[in-house]
Amino acid sequence: MTMRNATQKLSYLQAIVEAQREEMRRDERVILMGEDIAVYGAQTLFDEFDEKRLRNTPISENSFVGVGVGAALTGLRPIVDLTIASFCYLASDQIINQAAKLRFMTGAQLAVPLVVRTSTFYNNRTAAQHADRPYPLFMNTPGLKVLAPSNATDAKGLLKSAIRDDDPVVVFEDINLWGKKEEVPTDEDFLVPIGKAAVRREGGDVTIVSIAGCLPHALSAADALAKDGVEAEVIDLRTIVPLDKETILASVAKTGRLVVADNSHKVGSVASEIAAVVSEEGFESLKKPIQRVAAPQVHVPYNAALEKQLFVSKDRIIEAVRAIA
Amino acid sequence: MSLDRARQLEMFRRMLRIRLFEEALIAHYPVGHLSIGQEGAIAGACMALRDDDYVTGTHRSHGHPIGKGAEIAPLMAEIFGKRTGICKGLGGSMHLTDTKLGLICESAIVGGGFPLATGAGLSAQVRGSDQVSLCFFGDGAVNQGTFSESVNMGAVWKLPVIYFCENNGYAVTTPVEKSHGQPEIARRADGYGIPGVVVDGQDAEAVHAVTLEAVERARAGEGPTLIEAKTYRFDEHSNRLAIPIEYRSKEEIEHHRKERDPITLYRAVLQARDLLSEVEAIEEEVRKTIDDAVEFAKASPEPEMSDLWDSMYVNPIGAPVGGEGL
Ligand SMILES: Cc1ncc(C[n+]2csc(CCOP(=O)(O)OP(=O)(O)O)c2C)c(N)n1
Ligand SMILES: [Mg+2]
Repeated sequence: MTMRNATQKLSYLQAIVEAQREEMRRDERVILMGEDIAVYGAQTLFDEFDEKRLRNTPISENSFVGVGVGAALTGLRPIVDLTIASFCYLASDQIINQAAKLRFMTGAQLAVPLVVRTSTFYNNRTAAQHADRPYPLFMNTPGLKVLAPSNATDAKGLLKSAIRDDDPVVVFEDINLWGKKEEVPTDEDFLVPIGKAAVRREGGDVTIVSIAGCLPHALSAADALAKDGVEAEVIDLRTIVPLDKETILASVAKTGRLVVADNSHKVGSVASEIAAVVSEEGFESLKKPIQRVAAPQVHVPYNAALEKQLFVSKDRIIEAVRAIA
Repeated sequence: MSLDRARQLEMFRRMLRIRLFEEALIAHYPVGHLSIGQEGAIAGACMALRDDDYVTGTHRSHGHPIGKGAEIAPLMAEIFGKRTGICKGLGGSMHLTDTKLGLICESAIVGGGFPLATGAGLSAQVRGSDQVSLCFFGDGAVNQGTFSESVNMGAVWKLPVIYFCENNGYAVTTPVEKSHGQPEIARRADGYGIPGVVVDGQDAEAVHAVTLEAVERARAGEGPTLIEAKTYRFDEHSNRLAIPIEYRSKEEIEHHRKERDPITLYRAVLQARDLLSEVEAIEEEVRKTIDDAVEFAKASPEPEMSDLWDSMYVNPIGAPVGGEGL
């Protein structure tokens, strides 16, 4: 038995591996499938589980995700690793047309307890076919739950919740966070609830909602702003669907100002949806226009210096806050 | 297109250019996927094509334009991320696409090239041109749905396409036998009613001969051929990805490096044909070409933010949306 409050220092990626290990031990219906899974952190799982439950797949994204859906419909709880988020497009038919819709279309006869893991691979000099952050595509698909943890503890706790959830869940891991270490709870029943944002810093002057890897930038922007007497409240969204409107609206009610930091492309982004929700349901509290800090409508270039400029940074957040201060 | 002496030497030149280009990258600008070990398959196939024939390639993209005869300096500058690069520094190592030589895509999405190569074949057929289209792909890519779907269309419409597999035995760490129900890739051709041919990819002249036959078939309106060139990658899958497991033995790698190096093998063939002094002159020349390309790449300017916007649309309508201020 692990102690209730015990922790272990783990990187974001190690935390994901531990979440899978614990859930595979706990429930033999959990299996893991993906391309070269050993390369993406799972090699230590091979010491413990056999190849029946750990499957290296051929390069057939649409079909191996669909195989996961079929197995989920019939008694397993598969985790499918789609490695790099740009490859979600290849599997989007099975995710969107099958996984997200089958329960609805069968009048709730079926459930799809499937987890699709994938990682946003930006700021890594891999150019436009590897670097997308396609959260909005899946946010716009009813029937899915969509997660985007920003630290090792949430990566573990949210993935475990996703595996235990009876609906299809897409988890976006952020490779810019993979190496970040922190103390992570070892309790096998430590879960982070799906659908709850976390207030990472309190403040009364402006609300900064941060998605996934934007968090370190949002926090350092908040520290810099505090030196100038501007107290920012920083909310780490953690779950994209279902959106925790309550936490966001409560904060904006207090601050009257909202900046949303989102590394997806600005048009139709998660930031756009949050801005729409706040203007529909929190308009009275707003003192100034909402600001979206997001990637522009160009593709990710290979050139590293230009690539970096597309994404959310401390300075871009500060600039957005100043614009409405 | 048969290989007279001048073209034999040209094939050697292109193989060596691929090798030294990538060795220069290892020294000056480490990037991901190298073609070292696969030069015979690439150059052998390309030498069977005309300059105006189409080619699609893969994430392992450096060899394809060089094999097709592209100018070296803009390829090098691309890898350095420079504005003088063949794709203005926007595409990079996995996407060296020189359209002047018929390359239309180097896809980092595995399997992304099958439909495009097939479409280029369709275009040639509709336009009444005698161009052909050659699709390079890896053994791993065969398992994408786009392979089946595209080869079938190519076959049923008798399109002028050559589906050319660089079978290096592995997709990242996965050996062919562990991911293919039919590991003899050429035999997949039976399922589409087209010829399937196996060739030793380390023997550039043998590759050239089978490709030439497929090209002639395609130009004659007889449809596609599937070629499986058995080759080997000498380096890791990608020099930017840590591989935590030993999925192929050191002996296997050593064997290929020592006994199956396509450049060493072809050099010996040319030497036996009394072409040693010509070969040595080419070696000298290629070294200089590569050194000059590195200097050019280093000295070149970086691209600018406006290059990104300028590369988006042929016909941008109105102000850019969502990027104001950047
Ligand atoms: C659609 C897609 N899935 C997965 C990947 C990751 N990936 C890059 S290369 C590669 C292996 C490709 O193997 P193969 O086709 O044999 O080509 P090779 O690398 O051996 O040249 C994989 C899985 C990708 N780039 N695109
Ligand atoms: Mg391969």
